[in-house]
Amino acid sequence: MIRSQRWKGAAFTVPFQLGFVFLYLIPIGYAVYESLFVEHQSGLGLGGSTQRFSGLDNYQQGLTDSAFMNSVLRVVLFACVQIPVMLLISLLLALFLDALSSKAAGRFRIFLLVPYMIPGVVAAIVWINLYSPDVGPLTPLGKVFGLSWNFFAPSMVWPSIGNLLTWHGIGYNMVIIYAALQGVPRDLFEAARLDGASEFRVATSIKIPYVRGALVLTGMLSIIQMLQIFNEPALFRNVTPQTVNDSFTPIMIIYNQAFNAGNYHYAAALSVLLALILGLASFLFYRLTAKEAD
Amino acid sequence: MTLIEERRNAHQVRRLNKPDPAARSRGGQRFLLVGLVLASAYSLFPVWWLIVAATKNRTSLYQSNGLWFSGMHLWANVRQVFTYENGIFLRWTANSFLYAGVGSLGGTLIALATGYGLARFEFPGRSAVFACVVGSFLIPIALLTLPLYLMFSKIGLVDTPWAMLIPCLINPFSVYLAKVYTEATVPFELLEAARLDGAGELRIFFSIVLRMMTTGGATVFLLAFVNTWNAFFLPLTVLRGEENWTLNIGLYNWSGKRLESGVDLTSLVLTGALLSIVPMAVMMVAMRRYWRTGVTLGALK
Repeated sequence: MIRSQRWKGAAFTVPFQLGFVFLYLIPIGYAVYESLFVEHQSGLGLGGSTQRFSGLDNYQQGLTDSAFMNSVLRVVLFACVQIPVMLLISLLLALFLDALSSKAAGRFRIFLLVPYMIPGVVAAIVWINLYSPDVGPLTPLGKVFGLSWNFFAPSMVWPSIGNLLTWHGIGYNMVIIYAALQGVPRDLFEAARLDGASEFRVATSIKIPYVRGALVLTGMLSIIQMLQIFNEPALFRNVTPQTVNDSFTPIMIIYNQAFNAGNYHYAAALSVLLALILGLASFLFYRLTAKEAD
Repeated sequence: MTLIEERRNAHQVRRLNKPDPAARSRGGQRFLLVGLVLASAYSLFPVWWLIVAATKNRTSLYQSNGLWFSGMHLWANVRQVFTYENGIFLRWTANSFLYAGVGSLGGTLIALATGYGLARFEFPGRSAVFACVVGSFLIPIALLTLPLYLMFSKIGLVDTPWAMLIPCLINPFSVYLAKVYTEATVPFELLEAARLDGAGELRIFFSIVLRMMTTGGATVFLLAFVNTWNAFFLPLTVLRGEENWTLNIGLYNWSGKRLESGVDLTSLVLTGALLSIVPMAVMMVAMRRYWRTGVTLGALK
């Protein structure tokens, strides 16, 4: 390529590069910088406050902050249950759709994608009202079967949120897995069947290994989202603040530290820590799934 | 990949796209259908319940069977939603459209230019730019939003539409999609031919590339629009006064009123929630051709 043309090519990316610097790199740098300071109240608090450099103190505090570490642990444990369940259902539905005629599959696919069209906040509002003992149909339904479930009880909040996330997520994940399935050469199935493989065997030995990449990708995206979960617990907090307290998830703690406690420096340190945890979790997941392939 | 190869691949995919007549046995088919019907019912019944709930007045919302109609009060509810507190809901709707529409339009243009630059030019730093795009997928939203809030408040942008619009202009996922689409639809040969004819690079981009990228561009725009429409953490952080809120923040606030001040707005929240889905649903159905390719292409590459 001619030299001048190269630079013209680079010029097309300049608006993005500038924006990236101002909206990504500088804010991250700023957050890291702020996280190295603490607010120092002078005297009786009358002279305002001054910033004092404190090195990694905020990070040390974050790593020993039981509320923060508990919230991380809570979300990680939840992810370990909800994400496999959601992906398993999505995979099953994708396999089911793949076995139907394309006309029937198209119809079901639209139904299954309806939840994906609904904004997350609205989805949470709808399910919270379905769970509600006042207006929701699930409480009377439980009574029919002799169950008196309370979806907002401490032991039920995570399953309730998990069901909401699963409902919201299966359609999207199913579409990605289904698209990957469509790319599997059909001759492979025929060959396997001629060799006497059962349909179950075809699914487990050919189809599922073929869509591994899609499963890893959807798993990775789900983990990244889950560690940052905020909307759903925030809306649950509107109806059941005793169970869903303000340090329920890492992002809720960060939000509260920044905007309610006014401790911006500490919030910045926690958000850097969360980024590191996110990177670590993605890395571990990547390694784990890469190893399985060998 | 050359054009011919690509065309051959596309042909192959089309041929492979036939359904797999697995489970040809009747019992197997029935099992599949039952599974899919149950899954569809699970997916649809909350939406059905929401539609039914939006047609009820407060008394029947609390007292009648949630899954069936009881009186028709939809229009009364809709009127109440739009007139509550001097029609603030209408303001939120307009804001949501403004942020999602204008922000995504600008973001899509920038993303298409960047994707084109990355896909069709060699220049120093190209891989660094692409690394930034992919790496940013891992950055937690709080890590960006909190410092942005501080920066915006220093220059007086907090609580103005700009605080929502400016961050929407830079969307790494859009750039990633735009790059993938350019690779798939804009052939090198065509660009060379245009250059030999003496067309300038800008002219090539605006009158040839953008035109070839209408499908890809529409997908990028649609996904960015949905993303902004659904945003929660950013507007919650940077928009303080309710006249600048989005539908999401407004509904969140209404649903918290009961706890805060004992005012039960459940009926209003549910009707408002249904109304806030409508533009999204219309848009997704009208443009389903685009977002289906967007969702899958982004995932498979």
